[in-house]
Amino acid sequence: MKYSNFMEVTFKALSINEGFARVCVASFCVQLNPSVDEITDIKTAVSEAVTNCVVHAYPNGNKGDIKLRCELEGGTITITVQDKGVGIKDIEKAREPFYTSKPSEERSGMGFTVMESFMDNVEVFSNSFGTTIKMSKKILNSSCEVVG
Amino acid sequence: MQIKSRVHNNTLYVLLCGELDEHTASYTKSTLDELFVKPNFQKIVIDLSELSFMDSTGIGVLIGRYKKMKGKNIPIFICNPSQHAEKIFKMTGLYEIMPKIV
Repeated sequence: MKYSNFMEVTFKALSINEGFARVCVASFCVQLNPSVDEITDIKTAVSEAVTNCVVHAYPNGNKGDIKLRCELEGGTITITVQDKGVGIKDIEKAREPFYTSKPSEERSGMGFTVMESFMDNVEVFSNSFGTTIKMSKKILNSSCEVVG
Repeated sequence: MQIKSRVHNNTLYVLLCGELDEHTASYTKSTLDELFVKPNFQKIVIDLSELSFMDSTGIGVLIGRYKKMKGKNIPIFICNPSQHAEKIFKMTGLYEIMPKIV
């Protein structure tokens, strides 16, 4: 039977929680025995996804929640970052390199490009009730115990 | 984020220590802008040897500083990036405006 495990955590959409989210995911996926490079890629992708929620999801001051879920299935980690914010109007445009909806704030517009480069697969679902980013990465030399 | 600096041979050396993300971006921007306003150097070297994490927010911070100093004809160089920072710099083409020096 394939190795299987998950964790879920919810926190407020504040920038101070970005470091917490990165460390949280990194600590959880250590059980797959990833390389330092793989861990850093995952931490960066999580940071980009959480930053998007912090910066864009709740624009009217009242910061809502971010739900972060990690699932391990075999040697693959799947990370879901979900908010209940205003949503992304044009997902295709948002995924274009260097596109930012806030050019006056010195933003690089490379968040999705970084996620796509560092993970194997990135999916974005969004409507006016919120946004979900689901991304996965296969850990190349993963070693984990088979569980019943 | 901790930022250390010194001027030597007309060069402002800046050492970024810690993590550069959305949470530390604002402090990093304002501290660098304060340092960059002093007129006692002709080039800037940003040393990343003590930077333990950076995401694309860091790229926005660096490009913003480049734009400000470009008008004053003061070039900015990057030194000692981690393998990971280097990956992001290459992906975004940052080295084209802030070359890497050894």
